[in-house]
Amino acid sequence: MGGWLFDPAHWSGPTGIPVRLLEHLGYTLLTLLIAAVIAVPLGAFVGHTGKGGFVIVGLSNVLRALPTTAVLILVVLWAGLGDFPVYVALVLLAIPPIMAGTYAGIRAVDPVTVDAARGVGMRESGVLLNVEIPNALPLIFGGFRGAALQVVATATIAAYTGAGGLGRFVFDGLALQEFGQMLAGAVLVALLAVLVDLGFAGLQRLTVSPGLRPVGTGGKK
Amino acid sequence: MTWIFENWDRFWEVTEVHLRLSVVPVLIGFVLSIPLGWVASRSATARAILFPLANILFTIPSIALIVITPVLLGVKILDEINVIVPLVIYTVALMVRAVADALSAVPGHVTAAANAMGFRPVRRFLTVDFPLALPVTIAGLRVATVSNISMVSVGALVGLGGYGQLFTEGYQTDNSAKVFAGLIGTVVLAALADGLLLLIGRVLTPWARAGR
Repeated sequence: MGGWLFDPAHWSGPTGIPVRLLEHLGYTLLTLLIAAVIAVPLGAFVGHTGKGGFVIVGLSNVLRALPTTAVLILVVLWAGLGDFPVYVALVLLAIPPIMAGTYAGIRAVDPVTVDAARGVGMRESGVLLNVEIPNALPLIFGGFRGAALQVVATATIAAYTGAGGLGRFVFDGLALQEFGQMLAGAVLVALLAVLVDLGFAGLQRLTVSPGLRPVGTGGKK
Repeated sequence: MTWIFENWDRFWEVTEVHLRLSVVPVLIGFVLSIPLGWVASRSATARAILFPLANILFTIPSIALIVITPVLLGVKILDEINVIVPLVIYTVALMVRAVADALSAVPGHVTAAANAMGFRPVRRFLTVDFPLALPVTIAGLRVATVSNISMVSVGALVGLGGYGQLFTEGYQTDNSAKVFAGLIGTVVLAALADGLLLLIGRVLTPWARAGR
């Protein structure tokens, strides 16, 4: 069954595995960027002010139940084929975990720390940007990694409406009844998901203050 | 919305299929995750195997699992089992952790008291540990149910039933009202199932609200 995946002919050209892999990665990263621009400020505002928490929870629940396939198809019918519908569907998918992670992260910062920051004369913007967000980073990253896994997995569906990415192999294989190609697509998506998660784990190690590393993991309690 | 009322028989038919394809895996997955979660809550070795495995299973995209399952099981691609098996896998992957966390959170003095009163392991699990673990378990079950209801639609991309059929048919016939009807159906079904589980949780754990 691995024959399709390791055939050199499938590793070159404009419809080869490297091109589809990069398309898939492109969908994922741009989706996460757009979702971050929307979800992080919202989550941070609500977390910082403590106002509107129920809106965040309610919005997250509704968005979570939204079937991505339906959103994709509706936007295609409305705006035509292309990458735009893919981004709309995937961004809606990525917003809830990122928003919830940011909100929960900022709410979980020790109030004593926030109080101390105000006590030394920080403005509200300084409290949020220099104290709350750095302290909330582990949970914010948690939200991003959850979103990334979902987006990598779901970007596969983009190929149903003719877009690119690794889903092409799944749907083309299905149309041609080539199970080797379908399987190759599925395996590549799972591999990409693991790689993207590792990338975020590395980024997390680089950016999160060592003082915030979880205590007791890896050692005995 | 008018599509739903004008095509009520069809809408009800896909609703029934959708409900069956999402509820059956949740039930099977839930039952399987109880012993697995129990083992994970007792043994660090089991945790070290089950939790990473659950994470890996979760990264496999649903469409991929749905197309691979028939090859692995040797069944036809239009068999409903091809949606049920992947959703059982996702449910177990999610619920093992929830059940293990919930059981680990049962206070030690409570289990010690039950032991001292002469409860044997099975009876202690059924009448003490498991009921106390219910709130966290049901929270996990709500997430699993909502995501299953949303994921069943993916099966329609390979020709299986449920609201997803309205999506693919609507796409092929350029009928956005039909797609929208399926979307509304999915969201309403998810909200109803979520509310029902919340209610069941409240009825089963009256002590959780005592003394407030």
